[in-house]
Amino acid sequence: MSAEERVLTGSHFLLGDHACAEGAMAAGCDFFAGYPITPSTETPERLSRRMPAVGAIFVQMEDELASMSALVGASLAGARAMSATSGPGFALMLENIGMAVMMEAPCVVVNIQRGAPSTGLPTLVGQGDMMQCRWGSHGDYEIVAYSPSSPQEAFDHVIKAFNTADRWRIPVFVMADELIGHMTERVVIPPADQIPRVERKRPRHKPGDESFLPFLAEDEDLVPPIVHAGEGYRVNYDSLTHDEKGYPATFADPHDRLVRRLVNKIRLHVDQIIEYEEIFLDDAELAVIAYGSTARSARRAVNEARKEGIRVGLLRLITVWPFPGDKVRELSKQVKAFVMPELNLGQISREVERFTSLPVIGVNHAGGVMMAPYPILDAIKEVNKNA
Amino acid sequence: MRETVVESHPIDAVFRTDRLPHIFCPGCGIGPATHAYGQAILESGIPKDQHACVSGIGCTARVPGYMDVDSYHTTHGRSIPFAMAIAVVKPEMEVTVFSGDGDLFGIGGNHFIHAARRNVDINVICINNFNYGMTGGQVGPTTPLGARATTAPYGNTEPPFNLPYLAAATGAVFVARWTALHVRQLKEAILRAMQKKGFTFIEVLSPCPVGFGSPNDIGDAIEEVWLYRERCVVDHNAYLPDLEIDLRRKDKPFVMGNFVDIEKAPFDPLAMMKNKGE
Amino acid sequence: MAAVLSRQPLDKATISIPRGRIYIIPERCKGCRFCIDFCPRDVLVETSEMNAKGYHYPIVAEGKEDECIACQFCSILCPEFAIYTEEIVEEETAK
Repeated sequence: MSAEERVLTGSHFLLGDHACAEGAMAAGCDFFAGYPITPSTETPERLSRRMPAVGAIFVQMEDELASMSALVGASLAGARAMSATSGPGFALMLENIGMAVMMEAPCVVVNIQRGAPSTGLPTLVGQGDMMQCRWGSHGDYEIVAYSPSSPQEAFDHVIKAFNTADRWRIPVFVMADELIGHMTERVVIPPADQIPRVERKRPRHKPGDESFLPFLAEDEDLVPPIVHAGEGYRVNYDSLTHDEKGYPATFADPHDRLVRRLVNKIRLHVDQIIEYEEIFLDDAELAVIAYGSTARSARRAVNEARKEGIRVGLLRLITVWPFPGDKVRELSKQVKAFVMPELNLGQISREVERFTSLPVIGVNHAGGVMMAPYPILDAIKEVNKNA
Repeated sequence: MRETVVESHPIDAVFRTDRLPHIFCPGCGIGPATHAYGQAILESGIPKDQHACVSGIGCTARVPGYMDVDSYHTTHGRSIPFAMAIAVVKPEMEVTVFSGDGDLFGIGGNHFIHAARRNVDINVICINNFNYGMTGGQVGPTTPLGARATTAPYGNTEPPFNLPYLAAATGAVFVARWTALHVRQLKEAILRAMQKKGFTFIEVLSPCPVGFGSPNDIGDAIEEVWLYRERCVVDHNAYLPDLEIDLRRKDKPFVMGNFVDIEKAPFDPLAMMKNKGE
Repeated sequence: MAAVLSRQPLDKATISIPRGRIYIIPERCKGCRFCIDFCPRDVLVETSEMNAKGYHYPIVAEGKEDECIACQFCSILCPEFAIYTEEIVEEETAK
């Protein structure tokens, strides 16, 4: 098997960061622009070798601001575009994530989270960017964020991310963490024709048709068809609020109309986007909610608790955003409490609290070490006692 | 004969006429510079469909919105990496960044020097009106020493960039400076830039009666343009370090010209792959 | 006097000075006066009329109706794309 092949079909023992890179290759990533940052650096290192070998474009930019701006430009020129970073780099990308939202430019950013805030713990795990990826940029907007719990999922989620981005014309995040990024595990890569690929919606209008309104979303999904540079449509893409023609329209009514559509594009279609895994929830009296590397420890804790007769289950989030609020509401009718382990001081637990009046017991650590199963098991037992 | 009243202008072919008149102040130099750019598009031999115009934020950055080409009004300071991405994904396109001095050299300075270093195949046209105009006339990286601005009411304490020198030093293959008055030479320079492969840079000195002229006792746009008329000299072979603009020294002219025109391999992310004979 | 008279281009008889027709779009004008001040023949002058925005747009001055040489400077300098000239070709003037 030569390195020139995009899809390395077969069973591999892969570093999580490398699995992200292979996911990008398999998804047909045409353009990567990034900046080295621990613990994500291995992803661009691998892509710098793999992408040029297949004629795809790999560029190391001067910083993350340039990287994110380049992602939007590449995407609007027709490329499947991706970057990989960690917390501090993600913080620099925020303004242009807003631009990706505003211009409805599909793109993927992988965040291998590390101890935060600030320079924090560059080489060690954290999960402190979860709220940032949802709300970090200014204004109202919706994004999708996946949270892999293994290198296999890192591979799978990058492919999902490209498809979700192209389907809904949004930036999509793969919120991995250093544990997943730096662990080496079995990754099975399917044959190329079994890799799912969703294409962008294209216009019915021909180039030069004066009646074409590039930002008019006529379909129920509220996604307008995309046109790329050089196709002859000569459209204005504006970071300013704009009308259906793409012209700046800095007034209240068109602004509200546009922002509502951008938000509703996702909000009204979460049922097509949200994914989670249910483990032992059918008869559960307690529910643990977890994501990313912490979900692995949570699973072990739940297994141990079950052995002790505690009826606890696990809701493992695959998409953290949009958050499965309806599922939490539904579970609230069944369980007595939630336990939420996170390698941060309580971020997604706030979302859980929004959808339930039941107690949400956090098991928290600011990061730097894998969350062991024991504190989660202790919390389950404690809650079970008091419930 | 007397004048004839009409409803359209020959240059309208390159504009989104449904958006005219543009928002620029009476006497703003962005208008003439845009006309020169539009004329260059029409004369470039490259169809409109293959041109892309990218800007950041500012008065000048409103220009792509008026051009009838693929246009991108991006975030403040980040037009150059955006343009670079289009240029590498769609190398057949003629990508031009049309933005202002504050956007390109204040917040955007880092991206400028790296794109010049890489020799990315884009054209950068910088309208230099010596201030941040859109936000009301604040001091910027090209405001002359001693000039007043809303955030420098006692006079600017910082020396400005010497843009042609900076561009040449960081690797641009074509460097020129003209003014919004020297529209013929400006159009020729833009045409030359479009023909060249690699990073080209054109600085256009522009009157800004509201943002710059007013706080600096320049009566109106006409007076500011006459300043250029009187103090500009053309010297294509000028010594680049001497090109800074100093308003206070009446003996120091504003030097215009096409200063650098060299050949260098443009940026190609796959350059090393070709050497392998693959 | 004779020395002065001899200092003329040798092809003066065959070359004619171009003449131009001026076209204006009054509604686009913002009254900046670039065209008026920079016309090499001072052909233009501000009208006392106003466009819808209150700006005084340029018109051809009295007595200057045949002075435009179609240099195009107003055309390319106008910030608003509100004025242009077209060279009047021989066939037209013959009529």
